[in-house]
Amino acid sequence: MMDYFYLIPIAIGIGLTALVAFMWSLKSGQYEDLDGAAERILHEDDAPLPPGRG
Amino acid sequence: MSCCGSGAELALLAAPDPRAADAEVLLSSRLIGGGLRQTDLSVPTIHCGGCIRTIEQAIGALEGVIWARVNLSTKRVTIKWRADGAPPPFIATLERVGYEAHLFEVDAEAKDAALSELIRALALSGFAASNIMLLSVSVWSGAEPATRDLFHGLSALIALPALAYSGRIFFRSAWRSLRHGRTNMDVPISLGVLLAFGMSLYETATHGPHAYFDAAISLLFFLLIGRTLDHMMRERARLAVKGLARLAARGALVLQDDGTQLYLPVGEIAPGMSIMLAAGERVPVDARVIKGLSELDVSLVTGESVPQPALPGAMLRAGTLNLTGPLTIVATAAAGDSFLAEMLRMMEAAEQGRSVYRRIADRAAALYAPVVHLTAALTLLGWLIATGDVHRAITIAIAVLIVTCPCALGLAVPMVQVVAARRLFEKGIMVKDGGALERLAEIDTVVFDKTGTLTLGNPRVVDADRIAPATLALAGAIAAHSRHPYSRALAATAPASPPRMSLDAVSEHPGCGMEARIGSVTYRLGRPEWALTECDGALVGDASVVLSQDGQRLADFRFEDRLRAGATQAVTELKRGGFDIDIVSGDRERPVHQLALELDVPYFAGVLPGGKAAHVAALACAGRKVLMVGDGLNDTPALMAAHASMAPASAADVGRNAADLVFLRENLSAVPQAIAVAREASRLVRQNLALAIAYNIIAVPVAIMGHVTPLVAAVAMSGSSIVVVANALRLRGRGGLGTRRAERAANRPASTMLEAAE
Repeated sequence: MMDYFYLIPIAIGIGLTALVAFMWSLKSGQYEDLDGAAERILHEDDAPLPPGRG
Repeated sequence: MSCCGSGAELALLAAPDPRAADAEVLLSSRLIGGGLRQTDLSVPTIHCGGCIRTIEQAIGALEGVIWARVNLSTKRVTIKWRADGAPPPFIATLERVGYEAHLFEVDAEAKDAALSELIRALALSGFAASNIMLLSVSVWSGAEPATRDLFHGLSALIALPALAYSGRIFFRSAWRSLRHGRTNMDVPISLGVLLAFGMSLYETATHGPHAYFDAAISLLFFLLIGRTLDHMMRERARLAVKGLARLAARGALVLQDDGTQLYLPVGEIAPGMSIMLAAGERVPVDARVIKGLSELDVSLVTGESVPQPALPGAMLRAGTLNLTGPLTIVATAAAGDSFLAEMLRMMEAAEQGRSVYRRIADRAAALYAPVVHLTAALTLLGWLIATGDVHRAITIAIAVLIVTCPCALGLAVPMVQVVAARRLFEKGIMVKDGGALERLAEIDTVVFDKTGTLTLGNPRVVDADRIAPATLALAGAIAAHSRHPYSRALAATAPASPPRMSLDAVSEHPGCGMEARIGSVTYRLGRPEWALTECDGALVGDASVVLSQDGQRLADFRFEDRLRAGATQAVTELKRGGFDIDIVSGDRERPVHQLALELDVPYFAGVLPGGKAAHVAALACAGRKVLMVGDGLNDTPALMAAHASMAPASAADVGRNAADLVFLRENLSAVPQAIAVAREASRLVRQNLALAIAYNIIAVPVAIMGHVTPLVAAVAMSGSSIVVVANALRLRGRGGLGTRRAERAANRPASTMLEAAE
């Protein structure tokens, strides 16, 4: 039984990562315009690649 | 170039004075540092990806614009521009590509700090609840004492930050309420959660078998869901209403002693200052005309539907709209003493006069909290006397508190109201808060304003098909150059695409009409005594406008104020529903009488703003629950005085802010629809409260007997919450007040020009 206890920190760690990811996406304004984001992917031109790559 | 832009032709008439418009943009923008200013515009007609591109490209190409971004969800455009130059012509540019835009003021930082706090609290409590639940499942399925203690310890570690962060929303509200000697729903919630946490901590420390961390935190999680939804509903309604056109003047061009003109905010205009008022602008403060001739649209201020002439010496009330000619006026009062400010004072007085409404949830809490706390105390006492075991008695008493903790009760009311608000939103009706829905459900009397509420407040040509199409087209072409309501009505009635007439010289004669030339022929469109060389009373009849060719009559036009779509059906439906209806209008006797006759309801004409509020207050004194529906500045005191209030989107700013509900569509069937939804919501709220009580009747005796383990508490609480939420979702918002057929007729698509924010 005790052999599987290493799973507990992993489970909580994954949960925490998801929580932090959500907080970050909230803070960086990704939920401000959900309808707009869906449309923009169809209309916006790709950003020019940074120099020195590709 | 854009798939959905329309109304570009109207750009001809809009934007009264570019200088004033610039100054207004500057006034409403804010400095954001780095030498930049930010302007927010509300553009209600944005609705697809193409719009985003068109607008961002058009605005982005302007000189001085650094950054422009469209928000499709809120239908707003945010623009950052360099503060050193004059503001770029945002609104004119948007009009050129076919969008109508209004300046939008963002309350700086206060924006939605509350909402993001709620969402963060919700995320944290969700994380904590799910992880604690995971650990609890293994405890419930019979973990060994050592494992159980470890898991309880872990649960406590996860629960503590969630309790501190997510719980403080409830603790704060409970503390505020307690400090004022009242209780609300948050008091029993806070007490239950804190005691459960404290007891579980003690259990964990003493290696006891029962810890309620899961119950405490999932309680917070469920309640936060209800609270967040409630907040989002109110915020969305508030934003949608705020995005509508601002109808009061923000400032005015003041003529200074040295002859220069300066744009001053309304608050800085002092009596004695001369103001240049262009056609199409609103009078900023009470003033007297010293130069110029024009006509004024006073419908939003006094309720009179016919434009009033403005001659030198005439007194103007703040808020009236200058229609045809430029005027020079002298301010006779500062903004703080103007008509608008007087209305605000009357509103405050009316609000104080109104009895304070306590929301159902708070009334329930006032009964609920003492009962629950008394039961818990008695349980404690009973077990102490019966067994003398202090620990056991406390554990059972706290289990009673947890089981009765008003999880279902806290969700029962907001869930129904959120669903109801959603249904109303789909019909273009904004609800300011849940309390408004509760009050609306109690209504038994409806008081309507006339101009702008029962009618659209803009005239329509009567018998247009009687007039030869060519003549009508000519009249329409001339009328398109004026913003007088009659001209607009004519321009709208005229056939859409006549062979393009080239009018050589078009001029407007304020107070008289329009004059146009084609070659050597002079056409006049306006008052009969001005347009005709010899005015024969018998010939013209009661026509208000004639079209003449070199002084000879070509056609005459009659106008009437148009009834709002669905007005007759709405009134009939309300009457059938057993409501008392009357019309209280500031307009003159004749038009009100005519309308009242048509709708067959009692009326009061020529009522002053104070009189409207007094009428509503008198009805309230007689025990009536009054719904006031009105749009004008003169209606706002009555809107405040009424038990519930509704305003159309075209209402004056103050009125829109004062009203509990705002309907965005033209159709007046919004009134019976809103009442029907509110009543259905109120029925479901009662059912939900009954369900919550039934749950308690079953659960409390079990808890008092001491049979509630953490597993039973968790299952009972989640179960009751799900039942309540499922019941709330049953609200369809389809049942009308009257028959199905009447409802279908009223639901026919209305012309929806103001569909702000879907």
